[in-house]
This record gives sequence, C-alpha cells and structure tokens, in this order.
Amino acid sequence: MHSAFDPHSPQARAVAHLWWWMFGVGFAIWMGVTLAMLTSIRRRDATEPDSEEGKSVRGHTLAIYVGATLVVLLVFLGYDFAVGRSLAKRSAPAVKILVTGHQWWWELEYEDSVPSRRMITANEIHVPTGQLIEVKVRAADVIHSFWAPNLQGKRDLIPGYLSTVWFRADTPGVYRGQCAEFCGLEHAKMAFYVVAQPPAAYAAWRAASSAPHTPPADSIAATGQRVFLSSGCPLCHTIAGTDARATVGPSLSHLASRMTLAAGTLENTRANLMSWIVNPQALKPGVHMPPIPLKPAELSALVTYLETLK
Amino acid sequence: MNARAWLASALIVLTACEREARKLNEPPPRPPQQFVNSVRLQPGPTEMNDSSAGPFDSNAAGTGEGQQLFAQMNCSGCHANGGGGMGPALMDDEWIYGSRPDQIFASIAEGRPNGMPTWKYRLTTTQIWQLVSYVRSLSGLTPKGARPNRDDHMMTKPAPSQTPNAKPRQTRKP
Repeated sequence: MHSAFDPHSPQARAVAHLWWWMFGVGFAIWMGVTLAMLTSIRRRDATEPDSEEGKSVRGHTLAIYVGATLVVLLVFLGYDFAVGRSLAKRSAPAVKILVTGHQWWWELEYEDSVPSRRMITANEIHVPTGQLIEVKVRAADVIHSFWAPNLQGKRDLIPGYLSTVWFRADTPGVYRGQCAEFCGLEHAKMAFYVVAQPPAAYAAWRAASSAPHTPPADSIAATGQRVFLSSGCPLCHTIAGTDARATVGPSLSHLASRMTLAAGTLENTRANLMSWIVNPQALKPGVHMPPIPLKPAELSALVTYLETLK
Repeated sequence: MNARAWLASALIVLTACEREARKLNEPPPRPPQQFVNSVRLQPGPTEMNDSSAGPFDSNAAGTGEGQQLFAQMNCSGCHANGGGGMGPALMDDEWIYGSRPDQIFASIAEGRPNGMPTWKYRLTTTQIWQLVSYVRSLSGLTPKGARPNRDDHMMTKPAPSQTPNAKPRQTRKP
C-alpha cells in the first residue's frame, strides 16, 4: 500500500523528514498552548490586570509569543525552500519517461535517443533501482496529478503544459501510485504501480517489452487475433506489430505481463479480463470503453490471444 | 428579505441540482426499428417537422462522449469540426440523407457513397447513438441544455449549447 511515511527514495525521504519536523514542532506548540490554557483556568493572577504593572507584563508576553511564532514559521519556510531545492537538484537521469494522464489511466512512453528503442506502455512503470528517473508529465484531457507517495511528491498534470519530477528508488519493490487531483467519475480507480527492480532485471524487462510481436502459435490464439482485429478493439488500442495502432485507449502490447487491468482496478486474470471486455461499465462505471458484445467462443479466443501477449 | 423569500429562493436553486441522471450500466440502446442492412442510397426528402429523438439527444454525458468519439474516430478528417471539407458540413441545416436520428444512425452505421465508411462493425450501437446526438447537437437539433458547452478544438464558432435551435432545411443534391 502506498504511504508517504515509508519513503524509499531520497526525494520522498526529504519530504517525510519535513513532515515529521512540522508534526513534532506543531504537536509541541499545541501541548504548550493547551497546558498554558489549563494553568490559566486554574490559577488566578496576583497582579491586577488593569494596573500599570499588569499592562507591561501583558505587552511583554505578547511580544515574546508573536516573535516566537514568527521565528518558527520562518525556520519552516527556510526548511521548505531547502527541501524544494533538494528535490530539483539532480544529475543526468538514467531513464526518461513521458507520462500522459488520461481519463482514467496512465500512458507511459519510455524515451530513448534510438527511435526503435522508444516504447509505449500503460499503468505500470518499471524503473531500475539506484538510478535517477526523470518523469515528464502532461495531461490529455483534464487536470490529473502524478503521485507515488513512497517515491516522490505530487506533481500536477496540466493539459498543454509539460512539467517534470525526479526520483531515485533505493530499494526494489512495488510501489502504488494514485491520481491525486479529482478528475471525474473514476478518479479513485486511476492508480499505477512503480516496479523498482535491480538494473539487470530492469534491462531484461525492457528488452522483453520492446520485443517484437510474436504471431499467435495455435489456432485458438489466431482466431482470437482475428476477433481482435475485426471487432472494435483496434479503433482505440494498439498491439505493436499488428494493424492495431490507435492511441485512444491504453496500449495492449505485452498486456499479459502487467499485474493489473484498467489502471489498478482489477487483478490481471483471465476471468477479470473476460468480464472487463464484456461489460467494463459494471466494473468501472463511466469508463470510456464501451461494452463489447461478443459470442462466448469469440470472447474465449480473444482472451486466449491477449494472454499470449507476454 | 424575509425568511420566506430566502426559503423560496433556496428551493429555486435546489431545482438545478440534478440536471440528469447518468445511466452508465444499462443495456445498450437498440438500433432503429426500421434499420436494415441495405438501404436505398438515394437522398430522401427531409422531414421538416420531425420530432423523433435519439436515445442520447437529451443526455449531456452521452452527447459529450459522442463529441470525444467524433475527434477520436477522426470524423474531423473529412467533416472538419462540423464545417465540412471532403465530407459534407454537419453544422448547417442541409441534410443529404436525412436529419432524423435513425437516418443519421444509418448513415454512420452503413456508410454512404463518395467516401463515408461503414462503422457498424467497428463502433458499438451505444457509441453510434452517442455520435448521432453529437452530430445533431452541432446544428441545434437536440435540446439546448444537453448540448456540449465547449469545443475541444479552436473555437471558430459558438459552442453547440450557444447555437440557436434550428429546423432542418430542404436537402441539396449530393
């Protein structure tokens, strides 16, 4: 589960430290104020409040408290700036990813100076551990926000505007991320996963995910591919290496290697995939994918084909 | 203002709370009754006083989906943003193959000569009905409150919700 209190990157750690300091100092001040209030209720002051002495004591006390408040706020302002600077300080990134937020899923494009090594996938960000990752974010429709609390702070995705966030995952693991800006009906079901792997495992994943499409081996999968290409699917989805090249919905190349369906809504199992295709509206009401009416045999073949896309 | 007037105005404001219910998990609307797989491909007479409505005509969410589909399925490749280009204009009051929802459904589902492709094997019935409502909203044939308030492209004309209500005019020859 995602948590900002369990940081696994220098960036998230800086944010978590700032948060704990603010929590601690705020808690101490709150305790102090509560104590002072309780004491003042129990104790009656010896000095007459309207006397000259009383006024002077009150004036001094007020000055001290206002001054102390200002000092605390200014110190935190400085600390906050320092954390902000440390988040933006960086060396050359090892991996660059362009993230586009859609209603309600994440499009990921792994950038590379070699065009054939560029790769488009969805909802599952694989990164090598111990290396700086640069994530450029933008939105296709409305404002979203990219947030993997264990790894980095929030960054809003504004349509027509490119912004950038950096992080370095230190420990291998699967970290959940979530859209953090209300973006419509299925905002809650717009999750993604960051899979931090040791560099060798990452390189293997990258190679497997850029591997060319293997034509279906058996006749059921071949039927499934025919169903895929002759029904509505290729109008919105891509399977690299086939005639399906549309970019309206998430890319389905190597769908079977992903952990979840529909941006973290469902586990990627055969049964879930079937019910998703037949009636997405029952599982994620409002999603832009329409129900696809297919005959049972066609559906079975289609899912068999999709399961071969490792 | 006294309390009663406040209460009355609050009640008036409350009436705006629910413009429409979004029905997301309903069985898809059926194709039109007289929908047959092959129709005569001649332009027909326009019915000037037809009041039939598509399933999404008074549904803003469905019309909005139609607007997205219009861009995503590249309708604008030929029809531009309603103004026409290679294909006929959709925002005017001339209708070659009829302005009734079932006629537009047939035009999209079946395709038409001179380049309009067949969409019935590609889009679902729901999606075609949503496109029908968006196409009708462009020229002001659907209820004003359900038409899109904003264009997703450059605003070269007022949004459909600002378009005056219109009546289809006699067809021209294709």
